[in-house]
Amino acid sequence: MKPTSDVLDATFAALADPTRRAILARLATGEASVAELAEPFDMSQPAISKHLKVLERAGLISRGREAQRRPRRLEPRPLAEATDWIERYRRIWEGNFKRLDAVLQELKHKQKKTIDALLDEVKPKPNKKRRTR
Amino acid sequence: MKTAALTVTTPSERELVMTREFAAPRGMVFDALTKPELVQRWLLGPPGWTMPVCEIDLRVGGKYRYVWRNADGREMGMGGAFQEMVRPSRLVATEAYDDHWTGGETLVTTELVETRGKTTVSTTVRYATREARDAALKMGATKGLEASYVRLDELLTA
Repeated sequence: MKPTSDVLDATFAALADPTRRAILARLATGEASVAELAEPFDMSQPAISKHLKVLERAGLISRGREAQRRPRRLEPRPLAEATDWIERYRRIWEGNFKRLDAVLQELKHKQKKTIDALLDEVKPKPNKKRRTR
Repeated sequence: MKTAALTVTTPSERELVMTREFAAPRGMVFDALTKPELVQRWLLGPPGWTMPVCEIDLRVGGKYRYVWRNADGREMGMGGAFQEMVRPSRLVATEAYDDHWTGGETLVTTELVETRGKTTVSTTVRYATREARDAALKMGATKGLEASYVRLDELLTA
């Protein structure tokens, strides 16, 4: 399945909102009812339901069969396809930045050597002083 | 030396933000991000690629051009122009790949903040259109999703 633009919009939007991120993280550990999802947040059930609707329309979550609780569950595939790219992106940049760390270490080392050499030049030479005494 | 953590977030539908701390003062980090002979040593992407071309005309309106080459001799080029340049704290540049697989220009904003000798670099990548973002996502799509599932939790709780 190729991710559609709508799913990607929804995925980026879902990940951009901290409440929706937390809801998805909670559902990643197992299904939960609206009341259970609302509990850890300082939010009303209707407010949580709004977030759930956004996630549901995007196909990121679905509803269970159980009539009373209507538990929500995570539909991991579309989300994983987008996050897979983000992970790949992260891995490439982790590699780049590790090499950048090494370049910076070398620049710091060179700068220190230059400063030490300059300090050495301006420092009065104790040996000479002793000789002139 | 311990490697600093890289954070990747998506603050909106078309934006991606990367944040990373470096153990060096801001001026030095800025140099490493903008001097060709230094950039060529680290901006290499996946293993196996080198950067034979790196030209940077560091001023507002100035252009830059990068070309990467892999072991098979395959090349990939990209470039753009600087819209803002404030040494050593801020860079805004357009970015477009030669074969236009991203479907348009991307705007990249880099900000450098120094605290007690260390520099935090945050890079915001803004895709011109959602088609451009989709193209970038498709480009990176891989077959094995297992690793993503494993790290999903981590990403969601970031």
